[in-house]
Amino acid sequence: MSERAAKITPADDEQHDDQIADGAAPDAATETDAESERTPVTTGAEAVVRALENAGVEYAFGVQGGAIMPVYDALYDSDITHVTMAHEQGAAHAADAYGIVSGDPGVCLATSGPGATNLVTGIADADMDSDPLLALTGQVPTEFVGNDAFQETDTTGVTTPITKDNTFSSDSDRVGTDVSEAFALAREGRPGPTLVDLPKDVTNGETDREPDAPRVPDTYEVQERADSDIVAAAAERIETAARPVLLLGGGVIKGGASEACREFAIEHDIPVITTMPGLGSFPEDHELSLEMAGMHGTGYANMAITHCDTLIGIGTRFDDRLTGGIETFAPDAEVIHVDIDPAEISKNIHADYPLVGDAETVVEQLSEAVDSSPEATKWRAQCQQWKSDYSMAYDAPTDGPVQPEFVVEALDEATSDHAIVTTGVGQHQMWACQYWTFTEPRTWVSSHGLGTMGYGLPSAIGARLAADDDQEVVCVDGDGSFLMTLQGLSVAVRENLDITVAVLNNEYIGMVRQWQDAFFEGRHSASDYHWMPEFDKLAEAFGAKGFRIDDYDDVAESIDAAVAYDGPSVIDVHIDPDANVYPMVPSGGDNGQFALTEDQL
Amino acid sequence: MKRGLDGPAPEERPTPAGRRNKQGIRIDPEVEATHEPRRTVISALVEHEPGVLSDVSGLFSRRQFNIESLTVGPTEDEDLARITIVVEEPDPGIDQVEKQLRKLVPVISVRELEPDAMRRELALIKVEADRPDQVAAVADMYDGNTVDSSPETATIEVTGARQKIEAAVDTFSQFGIREISRTGTTALARGTDQTAAFGTAQPATEANHDRQSTQSADDD
Repeated sequence: MSERAAKITPADDEQHDDQIADGAAPDAATETDAESERTPVTTGAEAVVRALENAGVEYAFGVQGGAIMPVYDALYDSDITHVTMAHEQGAAHAADAYGIVSGDPGVCLATSGPGATNLVTGIADADMDSDPLLALTGQVPTEFVGNDAFQETDTTGVTTPITKDNTFSSDSDRVGTDVSEAFALAREGRPGPTLVDLPKDVTNGETDREPDAPRVPDTYEVQERADSDIVAAAAERIETAARPVLLLGGGVIKGGASEACREFAIEHDIPVITTMPGLGSFPEDHELSLEMAGMHGTGYANMAITHCDTLIGIGTRFDDRLTGGIETFAPDAEVIHVDIDPAEISKNIHADYPLVGDAETVVEQLSEAVDSSPEATKWRAQCQQWKSDYSMAYDAPTDGPVQPEFVVEALDEATSDHAIVTTGVGQHQMWACQYWTFTEPRTWVSSHGLGTMGYGLPSAIGARLAADDDQEVVCVDGDGSFLMTLQGLSVAVRENLDITVAVLNNEYIGMVRQWQDAFFEGRHSASDYHWMPEFDKLAEAFGAKGFRIDDYDDVAESIDAAVAYDGPSVIDVHIDPDANVYPMVPSGGDNGQFALTEDQL
Repeated sequence: MKRGLDGPAPEERPTPAGRRNKQGIRIDPEVEATHEPRRTVISALVEHEPGVLSDVSGLFSRRQFNIESLTVGPTEDEDLARITIVVEEPDPGIDQVEKQLRKLVPVISVRELEPDAMRRELALIKVEADRPDQVAAVADMYDGNTVDSSPETATIEVTGARQKIEAAVDTFSQFGIREISRTGTTALARGTDQTAAFGTAQPATEANHDRQSTQSADDD
């Protein structure tokens, strides 16, 4: 790639076309015009920002600090909107959510030392969920590196196990390209977080070297199409299956394969199960949908996954929260596994038909190869029977305390089909999975693999900025989770972000309480949060709108008002403190043996 | 108050007959079978840049792969280094080692070497020199060279396959061993069979090893 080619952005091309249409400037003059529009890069920091601009970055989330100051100085003159967060963890989560909703890597910035280490949770979260994320961290000047200088941390060392790739940038002439490459790597193939560590002397250093366009290094190869022989064998297996299911994971959404999977399932009448990250890949109001399987998945999804004879897993890594005990996971099934990452194949569950490739491409390959639909009328009837046997229902007597499921359904009701839901981690997250009816991809933003409490509010901020204007953003949070990162409310208020936070407040670390009741003889060690603040008043103190729900009479009215409010609002929903999440597969248990009540555990 | 959902209880539900083993492979429940660990050599060609060795070693430690030795050194191309790893894992583990290594961006190619690959290790063995004649005789037996001697000690250099080194160490122990330093195994494929090369992101096929020599120079 020549330097000249890298400099010409789409905007320049447009201008170029206009001028040719006008019959105006010849090529040489056009080039001069295009170049003169962009101030040449003079420092490493400007090269960093230019690399982000070239990549089409619109928003960056971060916190200012000593070692990252040169980059912020360069951002001052850029059209990139920087969103100052109240804590770097929030910056990483906001960027992560931005990446989930938009599909392009979210960008977060932090200074060296504590700034960088505060990003670590968010980076690890993105790594576990394969979310595209680019983290840029300041570093002490190269001559101090390794001396335990003020605010120094071995950031690349700390983040090696939790990044797809990271780089210590050591050259002002190269730093822009390092950032371009990291951006491309975060998005390409199986997405994930990348990091570039930026020593202050490198960003302050002089350079006239424009960054190369975002492209991955030559050693990074992604296989797009699966082996056609295995596709043919898998297709034959599908045609002859008696009890087939499709299992759609987060990779379906990330790979833009939701539409292809829908068409495939509907054409061949195959029941569909999703993993938690796969929520939204298939409409849950469709007859073929059995919703989510796993620890707190529906009874019918867990029955189907246990009894199927052909499991077509797409973009899933067979996490233990999905599989339960390996020995009893889909024990009669031949497994067809589609994944873009070869290392996922047979990592946890042996794949009888390994299909390495891009989800959308491989599903299209399968579509072409499958000539006849499986004869599975009986199986589909069985799945429907399980749907009625194990229906997701709850009692909500109006004279009793408010049930959390009711609140989730009311929020779903009050918003459109393409509203985005973000959550923290805990019982509230599971109720959101179970009782929100997801129909569209990229509308579910949650911390799946790492299970990061506090993820909800900062991710709502990132999701809001990536979402369409008419897309509501609702954060279903728990009291304990919300308390961990609620300083982000200051950001939501400053930016006037239209977010509705519903805190399902039971004054417990509820999931821990549920496990203590089930497995620790009800000894509520450190899980009783009776000291919770009044979140509606706290919201008002931040300048947000506060609501409080104590009984069923308040639910509809408060939710409508909060959703209608143009800005951040917080509903402190006092739910039944004893409510628990069912069904439940105990950790490492048999998915088919899910408990429906506490005494079945 | 009893909480939960309605529906048939766990014991009222049918359960499938099948089972998987710990490695996620479907098995006949009557004949429980798992892969036993085996020792093998994996060779990786990597970009010669800072941090690549820590990337590789970090990968092994955090995934709990059972690694026996890891050596690294420059190659005929100054921009590339070769890492030779001896692992002891069941087959699915070896498969994962290779796949995970390939995921690292600076890693160019990875392959498991054939059992007949040339495998060598160097050991320095420092023993008490009370019986210098016998030490020299044993060194001779293992094609060792005495690289240092003092009135109290003799240090012998031995190269060869792991088994040979172990046998040598065993035999030298009769004199009293002061210190040992071993390099770990390094290896190359035989003949024109390439150990690891550009464009071999996928595992090499078993086919057509054009060997110049069928005689094993290895003492395994």
